Amino acid sequence: MERAIITVVGKDQVGIIAKVCTYLADNKINILDISQTILQGYFNMMMIVDVQEVSSQFSLVADELESLGQDIGVTIKLQHEEIFDMMHRI
Amino acid sequence: MINSYEVAQTNKMIEQENLDVRTITIGISLLDCIDSNVDILCQNIYDKIIRIASNLVVTGENIEKKYGIPIVNKRISVTPISIIGASSCHSIDDFVKIAKVLDKCAHEIGVNFIGGYSAIVSKGMTSAERLLIESIPQAMKETELVCSSVNVGSSKTGLNMDAVKLVGETVKLTAQMTADQDSIGCAKFVVFCNAPDDNPFMAGAFHGVSEADAVINVGVSGPGVVRNAIKEAKGKNFGELCEIIKKTAFKITRVGQLVALEASEALNIPFGIIDLSLAPTPAVGDSIADCLQEMGLERVGAPGTTAALAILNDQVKKGGVMASSYVGGLSGAFIPVSEDQGMIDAVLAGSLTLEKLEAMTCVCSVGLDMIAIPGKTSAKTIAGIIADEMAIGMINQKTTAVRVIPVIGKDVGDTVEFGGLLGYAPIMSVNEFSCDEFIDRGGRIPAPIHSFKN
Repeated sequence: MERAIITVVGKDQVGIIAKVCTYLADNKINILDISQTILQGYFNMMMIVDVQEVSSQFSLVADELESLGQDIGVTIKLQHEEIFDMMHRI
Repeated sequence: MINSYEVAQTNKMIEQENLDVRTITIGISLLDCIDSNVDILCQNIYDKIIRIASNLVVTGENIEKKYGIPIVNKRISVTPISIIGASSCHSIDDFVKIAKVLDKCAHEIGVNFIGGYSAIVSKGMTSAERLLIESIPQAMKETELVCSSVNVGSSKTGLNMDAVKLVGETVKLTAQMTADQDSIGCAKFVVFCNAPDDNPFMAGAFHGVSEADAVINVGVSGPGVVRNAIKEAKGKNFGELCEIIKKTAFKITRVGQLVALEASEALNIPFGIIDLSLAPTPAVGDSIADCLQEMGLERVGAPGTTAALAILNDQVKKGGVMASSYVGGLSGAFIPVSEDQGMIDAVLAGSLTLEKLEAMTCVCSVGLDMIAIPGKTSAKTIAGIIADEMAIGMINQKTTAVRVIPVIGKDVGDTVEFGGLLGYAPIMSVNEFSCDEFIDRGGRIPAPIHSFKN
């Protein structure tokens, strides 16, 4: 298993999760955990996903998610889990 | 498992507080390039640097994408050229030829600086080392990305005052030769005492002879993150303040460690060290001065500044040391003037003077850095400034450095613009009383005593 974190932040609207999840399904990215809230009209989501099965390069997936976010009108960020582990776990 | 608070905290540091990895620097040994023919030597240098470092920029960009953290600079440092060119360079032009090859490599690979046009003359100078130092003004004029440094003393050997005098003249001449660009050549030349072999930061990076064939060194940074952490400790006592800085430094350094290991694996080059540094940039909020002011000073330069800086520097080291398996380089808070908006403001407000900056260098990393002084300042006065700073390093067994820019044609009250990461600076006034006779003595200042620490 190779875990990564996806964060989605932006103005709430219909279909954000659907669009992101469709992309993930198409790219064989398995969702392990989702937490999501709406704060003052702002959509806030964090996903933990497994990128083990992805055939294309990590940086390419990150770019594609970023441009998907631009299409929807939200910010989508894909980061490898290691950076958070390093910073917050001894 | 990682929770959303931790993810949000990390991303806030990156997006709002300018957390970044300041530099990935590949150190490359050029010892096996040495030849008695300068053209063959240049070819060897070119081949080796391109062979080892050609993937540096792509690798850096991949790591940026993987972790979502900016890596601001990718750089190269090489073995001091005074050693590499010793058997083949018989004139200033020969050395400049090597500088041009280094410049060409840097441009082709896409790094923003290449360091190591250097000489280590702590005790004495060989004729090649003298020649290299004399070639620096020409080399700085004719190249764009080459950085140069000269180590003129150490706690073990004392100060080489002949070299101090010579580099004073070198600084002045470099300023004159690049006068049409506001003397920018001097921004790429630094004079050291106790220079480390593994420093990844410019302008002083070189790949020491004690190092392996190639090595990855990483410099971390994040004054904005530290400043926000200090903000949270408003009104709290020093114990609590120190704890907060330490924890923040730990987190920042962990990112550097991760990036260093990743780069080392991707490039198949061993990991050297993490340089635990707080390095400012001209960007708003990315300032060491702001950190000090957040501690409770109205302006940097006010009484209490040296103590505040000492706290900052020490806690960053304490937090960072545990976060990394190998620590080295310059490790500490940098206080360059032109690269730090808070410092610039303090100078303009009349709060920060050259003398106070000198005092501050006693407790922090490096020294008098990126300070613009009047163009009329004499070579001997510059040598005097250098001698003072080197003496601080020698006696206190720390690295100190001087990177001053006598801006030709400008005086106190003027401002000089270097652009990019080098920023801009108001011209600072220099004490105008003479030290000519002192500098003219020549010879060496003996090594200091290492006992009776008073």
